[in-house]
Amino acid sequence: MTDARKAESLRDAYGKALVELGEKDPTLVVLDADLSGSTRTMLFGQRFPDRFFNVGVMEDTMMTIAAGFALEGRVAFASTFAVFAAGQAYNFVRQSIGYNRSNVKIVATHGGLLVGPDGGTHQMLEDIGLMRGLPGMTVIVPADAPSTRAATFAVAERAGPAYVRLTRENLPTVTDGSFTIGRAAELRAGTDLTIVGVGAMLARGLEAAEDLAKVGVSTRVLDFASVKPFDEPALLRAARDTGAILVLEEHTVLTGVGALVASTTSENYPVPVRRVGVPDVFGESGDAWALLDRYGLSKERILDEAWELLKLRGKVQ
Amino acid sequence: MGNDAATARADSLPATARRIRQDIVRMLYAAGSGHPGGSLSVTDLLTALVFHELKLDPGRPDWPERDRLVLSKGHAAPALYAALAERGFLPREELLTLRRLGSRLQGHVDRGKLPVIEASTGCLGQGVGIAVGMALDARLGHRAHRVYAVLGDGECQEGSTWEALMAAGHYRLSNFVAILDRNGIETDGPTESILGIEPIGDKFRAFRFHTLEIDGHDFGQILDAFAEARRFVDGPTAIVARTVKGKGVSFMEGQHGWHGKAPNRAEAERALRELGTELEAPFP
Repeated sequence: MTDARKAESLRDAYGKALVELGEKDPTLVVLDADLSGSTRTMLFGQRFPDRFFNVGVMEDTMMTIAAGFALEGRVAFASTFAVFAAGQAYNFVRQSIGYNRSNVKIVATHGGLLVGPDGGTHQMLEDIGLMRGLPGMTVIVPADAPSTRAATFAVAERAGPAYVRLTRENLPTVTDGSFTIGRAAELRAGTDLTIVGVGAMLARGLEAAEDLAKVGVSTRVLDFASVKPFDEPALLRAARDTGAILVLEEHTVLTGVGALVASTTSENYPVPVRRVGVPDVFGESGDAWALLDRYGLSKERILDEAWELLKLRGKVQ
Repeated sequence: MGNDAATARADSLPATARRIRQDIVRMLYAAGSGHPGGSLSVTDLLTALVFHELKLDPGRPDWPERDRLVLSKGHAAPALYAALAERGFLPREELLTLRRLGSRLQGHVDRGKLPVIEASTGCLGQGVGIAVGMALDARLGHRAHRVYAVLGDGECQEGSTWEALMAAGHYRLSNFVAILDRNGIETDGPTESILGIEPIGDKFRAFRFHTLEIDGHDFGQILDAFAEARRFVDGPTAIVARTVKGKGVSFMEGQHGWHGKAPNRAEAERALRELGTELEAPFP
């Protein structure tokens, strides 16, 4: 897989966006838990040392301190790895940020399998489900650097808590850089099948769509970066127009975007839905991109599932 | 705030605290559930805060310059509700809606329902961190108000409590005061037999707190400690207030069984007689 081609860092895009936000809003604060070099909040810290709080390795209390800032009227960004932000600190996010409706923007880097060599302890595969389940939490999973930048601005402007999940690896640019909370972006038009994807999987989805086009299959590709609120009309339009949906996510299939898509379509416009995601297992150490293949998130698997859906719909033999 | 008014309020603190304890018993009896032990132990501390120490304006609950009080032991909600009602932030009749469907008085303090509450708490180990964030905010904004966190001793078994205290010490937050309601008893029994937290004063000192150890039912000591905390400008102050769980109701005092159980009618009547009133007495 050649996903490194023309790839850009989502984390750098986030760090640079933070600096711009810091220029615009002199009250904005940023917190990190000893990973500011990795999350790139360091860029904000170098520019605005007074408004940057590296609290050390205490993700739980980073969330409550951020909530304290936010309850006093500031926009507070808090960053660490996804496994710590959504996993370690879950109940701190739930009560101090979610229940308190604190205006805290959690930007979690290192989501999913693409953490690579650090292994299964650090490969967060459950965060979308955990965060999506919190009332009032906006959940965003950008697919590339330009949309990361746009999403950072968007969550800063929107009142209330937000969770943004970023990927460690550089990702190829697949969007036009625009992003609107609550809207799905159509990255490719199509009529036979719809691929709904988030994050790193969208690049693979687009490659699969290209292959399908060569054999005459027209595939719509939707960027579902705004997981919550999500674009239900776009999803149901896709169900109606194409009759089959394939969901791609670097997350457990149990509680992620696939579960959301399947439940939404089955309640409103039932069509066959298949999910390409991580099965009910933890990850392991390995080369980041090889891990995607190993856990069933390969382009070949996407094509197999697409073919199954097309057969179910009677569109191929 | 006029000095005369403040002095008058200081003189009447014991009587005020007694009314608040009466209301706590009434509320818990009406609700049929809740936490009397830790509400009664923290009553004198909260009374001193709400009626003397904190800069507050009942006419302007959202006054930007008010001092902030975060009740990290959110299960002592009845004590704070009763104190705020007594101070004029909410109608006293409303106290009897505690824990009822649709009430602003949630089982654990809730900012969304009752905005005079600074932060919703309940799950322990979170309020001190919120208070630290508020104190950092005040310092960053060059604002003079102070931030007080009231925490429980069982809560000192939560690691996150110490994370937040470590941060307060690290940032030398002289506008922050941690007040420990050291009643010695948690849900299942004495803290020292379950998971000992002593020497608790030394722990605060080790976390860079100016630490004062007082009798949490002696208003003279409480007010002196608050005054000392205001004078201390080199970092945060901790007030370890030794208290009695269930204070003021003889059969609840020191009994872990009264941590999270409401009195029945006979028990409420007896408690209120001990507190100098009776169940059916109207709110004065």
